[in-house]
Amino acid sequence: MTAEAAGIPAASPLVAPPVDRTARRAALEEAILPAVVALLVAAIVGDVLILSFGQSPGVVYRLLLEGTWGNAYGFGQVLYKATTLTFTGLAVAIGLRAGLFNIGAESQLAAGGFVAALVGLLLPSGMPALLTLPLYLIAAGAGGGIVGGIPGVLKAKFGAHEVITTIMLNFIVLALLNYLTAAHLKVEGSLHTAEVRAGALPRLSSYVAPFHGSAANVVLFIAVLAAIVTWWFLFRTRRGFELRAVGLQPQAAEYGGIDVGNVWWRTMVLSGALAGIGGLNFVLGYKHYYEDAFASGAGFLGIAVAIVGRNNPIGVVLAALVFATISQGGLAVNAVVPKQMVDVLQAVVIIAVAASVPEVRRMLRKIR
Amino acid sequence: MADSNSPTPAIRLTDISKSFGPVRANRDASLEVAPGEIHALVGENGAGKSTLMRVLSGMYTPESGRMEVNGRDVTGWSTAEAIDAGVGMVHQHFMLVPTLSVAENVMLGRELTKGLQLDRARAEREVSELSRATGLAVRPERKVADLSVGEAQRVEILKTLYRGARILILDEPTAVLSPPEIDELWHVLRRMRERGETIVLITHKLDEVMAISDTITVMRHGRTVGRLHTAETTPGDIAKAMVGRDVQLAMDYVAGEMPAAPTTGALVSVAEPLLVVRDLVVNDVRRLTAVDGVTLTVAPGEILGIAGVEGNGQTELLEALAGLRAVRAGTIQIGRRDVTRFSVKERGDAGLSHIPEDRQARGLILDYTVAENLVLGQQHRFTRGLHLDGQRILDNARRQIDAFDIRPRDPHLAARALSGGNQQKIVIAREMGRAFQVLLAAQPTRGVDVGAIELIHARLRAARDAGKAILLVSADLAEILALSDRVGVMYGGKLVTTLARADASTETLGRYMTGAAAEDAA
Repeated sequence: MTAEAAGIPAASPLVAPPVDRTARRAALEEAILPAVVALLVAAIVGDVLILSFGQSPGVVYRLLLEGTWGNAYGFGQVLYKATTLTFTGLAVAIGLRAGLFNIGAESQLAAGGFVAALVGLLLPSGMPALLTLPLYLIAAGAGGGIVGGIPGVLKAKFGAHEVITTIMLNFIVLALLNYLTAAHLKVEGSLHTAEVRAGALPRLSSYVAPFHGSAANVVLFIAVLAAIVTWWFLFRTRRGFELRAVGLQPQAAEYGGIDVGNVWWRTMVLSGALAGIGGLNFVLGYKHYYEDAFASGAGFLGIAVAIVGRNNPIGVVLAALVFATISQGGLAVNAVVPKQMVDVLQAVVIIAVAASVPEVRRMLRKIR
Repeated sequence: MADSNSPTPAIRLTDISKSFGPVRANRDASLEVAPGEIHALVGENGAGKSTLMRVLSGMYTPESGRMEVNGRDVTGWSTAEAIDAGVGMVHQHFMLVPTLSVAENVMLGRELTKGLQLDRARAEREVSELSRATGLAVRPERKVADLSVGEAQRVEILKTLYRGARILILDEPTAVLSPPEIDELWHVLRRMRERGETIVLITHKLDEVMAISDTITVMRHGRTVGRLHTAETTPGDIAKAMVGRDVQLAMDYVAGEMPAAPTTGALVSVAEPLLVVRDLVVNDVRRLTAVDGVTLTVAPGEILGIAGVEGNGQTELLEALAGLRAVRAGTIQIGRRDVTRFSVKERGDAGLSHIPEDRQARGLILDYTVAENLVLGQQHRFTRGLHLDGQRILDNARRQIDAFDIRPRDPHLAARALSGGNQQKIVIAREMGRAFQVLLAAQPTRGVDVGAIELIHARLRAARDAGKAILLVSADLAEILALSDRVGVMYGGKLVTTLARADASTETLGRYMTGAAAEDAA
């Protein structure tokens, strides 16, 4: 595994990393240690919580692991949840790389899923997935991209702070989608649309039988691809070079001939599009319909994923797996301890990482 | 007028030395200020004025020397002790809480309470009393966020006085003020002098020194080089004391390698100018006119130096030429092309290079590597398809590192890790190591060691000799005189004169820089 793949925010991304072994190890430790320490802290806090419920930590942790990575169904569910989180994590991470704090991944995710479902309902049923997939990607990307682009343009043209505008758009967009679904598109007695019959995306269980019952589907591969492409874009292309320059020192970027406003709105479109494509996972990979409020926090959790993944696309994938495991594990241990305990654990991970990562401190300063 | 023979001076610093690593900020600096006088501490940037005053206010401990306040030995005291003894410093950058009211800010750290509650009413009463007594007019219940810069500064001063300061140190208080606000400040300072308070004013603006001070101490390169009575001196004398010997030194230093006559006048007049600026008007950040109708031309093979006290529009002029600040009126031409509406990138493609004034904020991305910084602004020329061409970027870096002696010689190092001089060499290498016609060089050697200055000056001359047009802005008169073929002076946003190098001396430039020459002419 190269230093990059381990989730290191590259100091030297353009050209081959320094050959100096010790420097490389120090960089690796700096990237990995906070996450490891955070997980350890979470485990200790978890021990105390579990003991307070009169249970044995060993038993509960074994249950948690068996229910997630221990069997094909559980693992499939982890992969399914990690897929959405990868997209929202990438969305937040790419924004942060440009110095933008996108809190709107929640509504961008929903909008992406919604537009993809609309397109799906219009397509003739039975169209093969190979033909529909590009259309779905464009539709979901456009849905999320528009919702993300509005705050981007508002910032570039009027200086409106994206934290405020993305939060407000969350309310507006989610309410709008709720209205459209409930008033016009719902199947009687539900809060979801009719089933999309065109080009259903296959589940993993159709290739690997033991995954049977889990929601994991081929959008998983799109997520991995998206992470790789995002990494390539950020660290290998000219536009990525300019995007990160804007995030690090907007004044120097401006001096370097980079139109900072353009980078802002384009990044927000990209960020929204990434979150929007995440909507495919639920809408076309799992349920085959749009259901109101399906995002249920995956957009907000993307902020935590990006931070724990240190805004590095590969780190985001790993962090998405961690949070997906915790979330799925909560269901597995529900019999012995309340599921809310797992929510507490998740919060502990976020706080521990947030406290240990220098980028977060810098980011918080920026927001103030 | 204070009497310098008075038995106990309010402040007496003797042979103070203070170093930061290899930089000797103060070397045997001495200062004596009589009670009840306004004393100006003047010198160029980096002369050690602020350091000396921070030593006095207890922020730094001197390595050697003796400090006395009102006759008491206070060598190496702490800030708390300094405040208790009535020595207060108002910093250049305000330290106020914008969401709190004026009264709350003033009492911060010494909150008045009534039971468990803050006694706001009493705080406001006390602040308005102090405000009336000193003439520092500001309403105590207003929020600091709503105040103008001048008002915020009054709050800073009030805060210091509220803590019982009788000796007040002001660090470049006018840097952020508009002219009417400056007049207001002088009024307040005079009133405080009448009340018997002692004031030390740090500044590098000579007109301020003449306007307000009783006595003057001049610093240069960490030393105190002169003590003057304002009534018995002229701005020219002060300027000479500030830079005089330096100019000689720099001139001697460059004489060896410089051709006898910088340029032949004939070449300048025959060749068509590469940079043409007509009637340029530019606003500053506060939307006040900063550049007021500047017209200038720079011919190929010519360095036009712009001298002037900082804050007279030079920064805004260069930013406007570089495309970083909107032009309100006037035109900018590179060769025959009108580039007034061009973006930064388009100007770069049209042949403009720019060494910015502030390398850490503008010139470099500190977390990017040396190699990456060496292509900043040129990144669109180092691509292969969508990709940045890592190999070419690296080759370019190796070449520039060699050509400009950037140390350490590691293209992968983050720019942050390099010394100030080597950071500046990255900027110079990038801007001068590519094809360009016109170079804007702002403070190209500020904060750079002697070796790097030599290299940078040699490069600028070589570019001039190669037929480039160079506009040099520097606060360092010695640098201007050492490099320029013609010298312009900016004062109050106007280019008040342009002189041939032969007609420019420290004395003549100093008179234009302080506006004195303009008044003579009027």
